[in-house]
Amino acid sequence: MDNFLTRYPLWSLIIIVLVAAFLWLVLATWPAELVASWGRKQIFLNALLGGITLGALYFLVAAGFTLIFGLMRIVNLAHGSLFMIGGYLGYEIALASGSWLLAFPIVFIVVALIGLLMQRFIFSKMEGEELRQTLVSIALSIVFADLMLWWWGGQSYSILAPQFLQGPMQLPIVSNVNASTGAIIWLRYPSVRIWILIAAIVIGVAMWLVLNRTQLGMLIRAGVDDREMLAASGVRIQLLFLAVFGFGAGLAGVAGIIGGTIQSLSPGEDIRFLLSSLVVVIVGGMGSIVGAALGALIIGVAEQMGFVYAPTYSIVFTFLIMAAVLAFRPQGLLGARR
Amino acid sequence: MSVADHAPRLDGLADQRSWSARIPLPWWIAAVVLLLLPIVANNFWLFQVMGWTFILGMIGLSLMFLAGYGGMVSLLQMTIAGMAGYMVAILGPSGAAVSLGLSWWIVLPAAFLIAAAFATICGALAVRTDGIYTIMITLAIAAAFFYFTRQNYTIFNGYSGFNLVLPPKIFGVNWRDPVAFYYLALACAALCYGAVVYLARTPFGLALQGVRDNPRRMAALGFNVTAHRVAAYALASVFASTGGILLVWQNAQIAPGTIGISAAIDVLVVAVVGGLRRPLGPFIGAFIYVILQVFSTDILGFFGFAADRFKLIIGIGFLAVVLFSPDGVLALWDRWRARAAAQKAAAVTGGGT
Repeated sequence: MDNFLTRYPLWSLIIIVLVAAFLWLVLATWPAELVASWGRKQIFLNALLGGITLGALYFLVAAGFTLIFGLMRIVNLAHGSLFMIGGYLGYEIALASGSWLLAFPIVFIVVALIGLLMQRFIFSKMEGEELRQTLVSIALSIVFADLMLWWWGGQSYSILAPQFLQGPMQLPIVSNVNASTGAIIWLRYPSVRIWILIAAIVIGVAMWLVLNRTQLGMLIRAGVDDREMLAASGVRIQLLFLAVFGFGAGLAGVAGIIGGTIQSLSPGEDIRFLLSSLVVVIVGGMGSIVGAALGALIIGVAEQMGFVYAPTYSIVFTFLIMAAVLAFRPQGLLGARR
Repeated sequence: MSVADHAPRLDGLADQRSWSARIPLPWWIAAVVLLLLPIVANNFWLFQVMGWTFILGMIGLSLMFLAGYGGMVSLLQMTIAGMAGYMVAILGPSGAAVSLGLSWWIVLPAAFLIAAAFATICGALAVRTDGIYTIMITLAIAAAFFYFTRQNYTIFNGYSGFNLVLPPKIFGVNWRDPVAFYYLALACAALCYGAVVYLARTPFGLALQGVRDNPRRMAALGFNVTAHRVAAYALASVFASTGGILLVWQNAQIAPGTIGISAAIDVLVVAVVGGLRRPLGPFIGAFIYVILQVFSTDILGFFGFAADRFKLIIGIGFLAVVLFSPDGVLALWDRWRARAAAQKAAAVTGGGT
C-alpha cells in the first residue's frame, strides 16, 4: 500500500478523491443544488443498489462461464440457456412444492447434470478444437431455446419470493431529510435483493476459498495454468473437467432462479445473460473469479446508472467500457497475459 | 504410387488456354441455369427463395472470407449488413419521419462507407485479441448494437425501425419487381463471389492466409499482422453491406429484429453448414437454409410437428453438421468424390488389389 502511494502519487490522489466523493454521495445529505441538477438522492441510491444487486446476479452467471473457459478453453455459448433452464425449472418446482428454497438444491443438481452430460458426451469428444466446441455450444443453445419456447411458450414468468423475503428492509443510509421536521428518512430497499447480494458475496468468497485454500482448488489452478502438465503428472483431468463443468452449469441454473425472482423469465433472456457474461469476463479477465466479480460489479452499476440517467444510451456505456478495456488491456482488468 | 503421379501435368498448359476454357463445364451449366431461371420459375421462387439465398449467401460470404482466409470467426457480419441497411433507410426516403430522404447516389456510397468505417473500428477492437476470443467480442458488439438500435429513437427509430424503404428507380426499372430483383441479386452475388475468388489469389489474400496459418512467422517476415486483419474486416464489410442493402430493399423494411442475435447466428450457421473453406459454401448453405425455412411448414407437418418448430430443425441440423462434418456439406461432396475417384482408380488398375 505504501509502495503504491510512493510509486504513483498522482494516481493515489485521484483514487482517494474519487472514493471520498463516492462515499460523500452515498452517505451525506445532498444539498439543494445537487438535487436540482442530478435529481433526488433516492434515485441515485436506488440505481446504485440496483446496479450492485444486478452485478451480483451477473457474477453468479459469469463465474461458471469464466471457470469453464479458464480450465477447459471452452467458450460455452449455451451458458445463457443453462441459466434459462434453471429459471424455468425453479419456477415449476417453486409452484409445485410451494417452497422457494427447495428449488435451489434441485435446480443445482439437475442443471449440473445437464452440464455433465454436455461435457461428457459432446465437448470431451472434441478436446482442443476450440472453434468446433464453440459452434456446438451455439447449436445446443439454438436447440435448447426452441425446446424451452415449445414447452413454456412465449409469455413471461416470474417466481414469487417467499413470505419472509417480501417487502422492503431499512438500510443504515440516509435517503432524505424531512425539511420541516428535520427527521431523517432512512433508505428502504427490497429485502430479497439485499439477501441475494449477501448470498452472492458468500458464494463468491466460498469459491475463492476453495480455489485458493483447498487441494481441489490447487488442481483447478494448476489446470488453468497448464493442463497438459497436470494431466501428465497423473491427475485424472477428465474428472476435474466434469466437476468444474457441472459446478459452473449448476451455478448458472441457480442464478436462473434468482433472475426469475428479481426480474422475469421470457424467451430472449438467455441471450441477454449470455451477453452480460461475455462482457463481464471480457472486462474482468478470462478465467479469474475475482475478475468476474469486479467486471460484474462495473457492468451492473453502469447498466443501472445508464438506465436512470441516460435511458437511450445505456447499452452504449456497457459497450464503451468493454471497448476501453479491450483497447488498453486486452486480457481484461485482472486477466493474466498468456 | 498415388493417383496424382499418374495424372497428366496440365498446370503449365492450363495457363495457355483462354479464360473461357479454364472454367470447368459444371460452372457454365450453373451460370446458364441461373440466368435462364426466370423463364421457368415463378415470382415466389425468384424473389423469396433465390433472392433471399443470394442475400444470405453474400453476408455468409463475408464471414467465410474472414474465417476461411483470415481465421477470424466474426459474428459481426449481420450487424455490418444491418448497419448498411439502416443507413440506406436513415439517409434515403422511407415511411418513418426520421429519414432524411437524400437521393440514391449519395445514399449508396455513404451506406457503404459508414458500414466500412464501422467494420474497421469493430475489427480493430476484435483483433486486439485473437483465436476464440474473436467470437466472444464480436458477439458482444453485435448484441450491443442490436440493443442500441432497439433503445434509440432519435437515429434508429427504436423498436419499430423503418418501413417502406424502396429501391430507387435507376434506369427506369422497378428493382423490386421479382425478375429485376432476381437479376440484381444474382449480379451482386456473382460480383462478390468473383471478388473473393480474386482476392484470395492477390498478394494481400495470400498474406492474409499466411497470417491465418502462422501469425508469428508472418510478423517475423515483416508483414503487419494487425493491419492485414483489420483490412480484411474492412473488405469483408463490402460483401456484407451489399447483402444488407439488398435485404432492406427486398423486405422494404428494417427493424432491430433484422439484426438480432439469432440473425447473426443464422449467418454463422449458413456459412458453417455450407463450408468455411470455399467461397461457394455460404451460397450452398444459404440455399439449404432458405429451402428449409420456406418449406418448414410442409416438412414439419409431414413428421407431425407444429409449423413453428423451424428453429429446432436448424439447430439439430447445425449440430449434426458440426459433429459429423465440421467443414460443411461441401466437404461431404469432396469426400464422396475422393472415394469415387479412388474406386475408379482401383478399377482401372484392375486386379492389382
